[in-house]
Amino acid sequence: MRTNRRQFIKISALGAGGLAAVTSTTSLGGSFLGIFDSADPGRDIDFKRTATYCEVCFWKCAAWTNVDKEGNIVKIIGNDDDPHCNGRLCPRGTGGVGMYNDSDRLKTPLIRVKGENGAEDTFREASWKEALDLIASKMKGIKEKYGAESFALLKHGSSGAHFEHLFKAYGSDTIGEPAYAQCRGPREQGFGATFGSWVGSPEPTDIRDTKCLVLIGSHIGENMHNTQVQELAEAIDKNVTIITVDPRLSTVASKSQHWLPIKPATDIALMLAWMHVIIYDELYDDKYIKKYTYGFDELKQHVKNYTPEWAYGITTIEPTVIRETARKMADAAPAVIIHPGRHVVWYGDDTQRERAMAILNGLLGSWGKRGGFYLKEKVKIPKYPQPAYPHPKWGWEEVSEDFPLAQMGLTNEIIRSSIPEENTKHKVKAWFVSGTNLPKSIPDTKNLEKALDSIEFLAVCDTMPMDVTGYADVVLPECTYLERYDKLRSATNREPSIALRAPAVKPKYNSKPSWWMAKKLGERLGLEAYFDYNDYSEVIDWQLRKLGSSLKEMKRLGVKKFDRTSGPLYIADGEDYEFATNTGKVELYSTELADLGFDPMPKYTAHPEPEQGFYRLIYGRAPMHTFSRTSNNPNLSELRDENKLWVNPKVAKLWSLKNDQKIYLKNQDGVVTTFPIKVRITERIRWDSIYMVHGFGNANKKLSRSYGKGASDTEMITNVMIDPIMGGTGMRGNFVTFIIDLKSVES
Amino acid sequence: MRYAMAIDTKKCVGCSDCVVACQTENNVPEGFCRDWVTESVSGTYPQVEIELRSERCNHCEDAPCVRCCPTGASQIVDGGIVIVEHDECIGCGACIESCPYDARYVHPEGYVDKCTFCLHRVTEGLQPACVSVCPTKCMYFGDIDDPNSEISNMLKTRKQKTLAPEAGTNPHIFYLV
Ligand code: SF4
Ligand code: SF4
Ligand code: SF4
Repeated sequence: MRTNRRQFIKISALGAGGLAAVTSTTSLGGSFLGIFDSADPGRDIDFKRTATYCEVCFWKCAAWTNVDKEGNIVKIIGNDDDPHCNGRLCPRGTGGVGMYNDSDRLKTPLIRVKGENGAEDTFREASWKEALDLIASKMKGIKEKYGAESFALLKHGSSGAHFEHLFKAYGSDTIGEPAYAQCRGPREQGFGATFGSWVGSPEPTDIRDTKCLVLIGSHIGENMHNTQVQELAEAIDKNVTIITVDPRLSTVASKSQHWLPIKPATDIALMLAWMHVIIYDELYDDKYIKKYTYGFDELKQHVKNYTPEWAYGITTIEPTVIRETARKMADAAPAVIIHPGRHVVWYGDDTQRERAMAILNGLLGSWGKRGGFYLKEKVKIPKYPQPAYPHPKWGWEEVSEDFPLAQMGLTNEIIRSSIPEENTKHKVKAWFVSGTNLPKSIPDTKNLEKALDSIEFLAVCDTMPMDVTGYADVVLPECTYLERYDKLRSATNREPSIALRAPAVKPKYNSKPSWWMAKKLGERLGLEAYFDYNDYSEVIDWQLRKLGSSLKEMKRLGVKKFDRTSGPLYIADGEDYEFATNTGKVELYSTELADLGFDPMPKYTAHPEPEQGFYRLIYGRAPMHTFSRTSNNPNLSELRDENKLWVNPKVAKLWSLKNDQKIYLKNQDGVVTTFPIKVRITERIRWDSIYMVHGFGNANKKLSRSYGKGASDTEMITNVMIDPIMGGTGMRGNFVTFIIDLKSVES
Repeated sequence: MRYAMAIDTKKCVGCSDCVVACQTENNVPEGFCRDWVTESVSGTYPQVEIELRSERCNHCEDAPCVRCCPTGASQIVDGGIVIVEHDECIGCGACIESCPYDARYVHPEGYVDKCTFCLHRVTEGLQPACVSVCPTKCMYFGDIDDPNSEISNMLKTRKQKTLAPEAGTNPHIFYLV
């Protein structure tokens, strides 16, 4: 699998002794006995605390970083005033300390050295000047040769935003992030086509007040999207009805009154039958439908034959259960949520599946209602003065133009445009990658490697030697979120709020914040005017003053809430309300999709099923990890340092598998995992599927805690089903079989 | 005054935040923990149930670890909290053998360590670290001698169990089921 031009460098090729490792371990100092001494001040009050918001996932919970007298980061505690966390971080946020303390961190810039006479490529340590000079000269070169548009940015998270600014100033809008086409894109377009509004993040689901929560393959509690989990618990206290549709007994399925162990890939059939019951048993609110929705009669006609009996044959869910659950939803309406989910790129008809969820919400009138979806709002952060960005000749929109509803850059299309043999209008020649570990976020590894082999230059910025750094020409070591300023957090919520991220300590090792890297690159490219500040705190302070606050105040508060200006949280009964769709109504029949030539209402399509001896690959989350990002974290890897393969006991018997037995997986295309995975025999999974947590099986030896632990599900995803509407990469149509004889692989 | 903990298994999602918060609060060395999460699965697909439990020292009323400790390092302090005075502990491990809950470990510095109910926080009027971090707020800590405390009310209204009651140690971690 290793290519010649961009030979993968296991960062270990660099002598361990070569790095100037300034280690500093967390120590609370003093003897344990001290804490029983009444003279001992409580630890909580003894620390210096600095405002931050968490970067271990995208929820961005505001928190306080606690630093002791010796300057060690001791713990991170949620900010009580923050609507994203209410003073309680999730395990990953609490374990964020480990991100700072991880001695495997990238410590200094690295530059690729070509191996001579067939020797392997290696990295050498470089100064910041060398590394940034090299990247700037490549950026200039690409611009002269092909145009700035040919230099693409693939990014995620807060650091990505600084490089986005740099790239736009430089003249490239060829920007994409896996968070769209490899994750939540379909739901934004499916709900957008129905309600004229994206779901967005955090999801505006009013879980705390809902009476009925319907989860379709969404596993809140295994994904620790903080307030979703908190409100789920609150709703359980208030006796919420939970209906979970999942081929696996997820944690939340075990807390549900109704667990529908559906045959995978048949969700749309179930939802069509639910619509049928709601419409033909007249469980909807006629007045609401007439006033607020468009296309009810068309929908009624459309679902006429989709009876629960019809769906039973497809989904294996009993008709009585389908009827009963439909009734439960209707009883709770409008305080009901058919949850859009988050990682929703499954079978290629994902926008249509999300449409089905949105239509159910529309039929039950839950959008804009207490216990359904609240009307979100956020603070608009004033724009720091800068020249206008140049207008590139082409960018992400042109690269993604085969997909009419792609509303963010498609990483998969940028990757395709980077492969010379692919027939694409525009050609991408170089990448800058920030904060996303592509080998774990992009399916079809071979294709990704083809692109990596073709591009002329790759710069990677990260805090850790993630797999993707092994392909880089230059590696930029970023300091963690605990050591830097970033943009103010402003995200949609019930109450608009902003949060500050300020450095609690100086960057460890020779790492730097990404705002600094972007500025220094900008200066080398003659773009000083876009970076008119010495320190990013100046930008923040300027913005805060415009908002009637200041850096000083925010350092004290961490979070500041603002009054709503867009109106009430909910739509009042009977209120004249215009949805931002073509018709101004909730579109049960989508005029937008019809105009574009797509099905205006979702249809069920049968998807391929596993052949004899193969099982459908289902992957998911563990609450203590954010994909591969945390797999090496010293605090979190202790809780789980590998993924296991969930196998139904019937299947285990058939293959004579034992618990913790190591096996390799091979998929339908003959691809075998790089590492073996341990078996976990459990009744929690269907016999036609296997399950594993995503983000393990790291191939970079420099990740001392996670290298080779568990297997990578992404490697098994070679059959990618593209959503024709928005270009998402459906990844749940892959089937694996087991290789028991380890030697047959290892020899 | 008698401290105890009630943990609602209907709400716990097994996220282990309680474990991480304990580690950072109490500087628990890498590779060890004072609390941990277990999952038990029963039934056959699709009639399957799981129970998730955050477990730790039960601060037993009749604590064998205290009884067998040759130096008196293991002791019961105010509020029924079982602690180990590290300076008096010789690391003989008798208590580890005697504990039916496997709640203790030998700290790399040679003494035995375990959950203290975050006594240093409790004396400051704070909740134990695990309780104050739990995203589902499924843990209730307080004085069961006070009939009006939140924990007393939970124990009055909810079905509950303790682990290994047959060991006869009178454990004080209650699981609401
Ligand atoms: S949900 Fe957890 S990981 Fe995500 S931002 Fe909040 S505390 Fe951090
Ligand atoms: S933090 Fe709370 S929800 Fe998470 S495992 Fe511990 S007790 Fe359960
Ligand atoms: S759980 Fe074990 S360590 Fe804790 S008091 Fe009981 S016997 Fe002692």
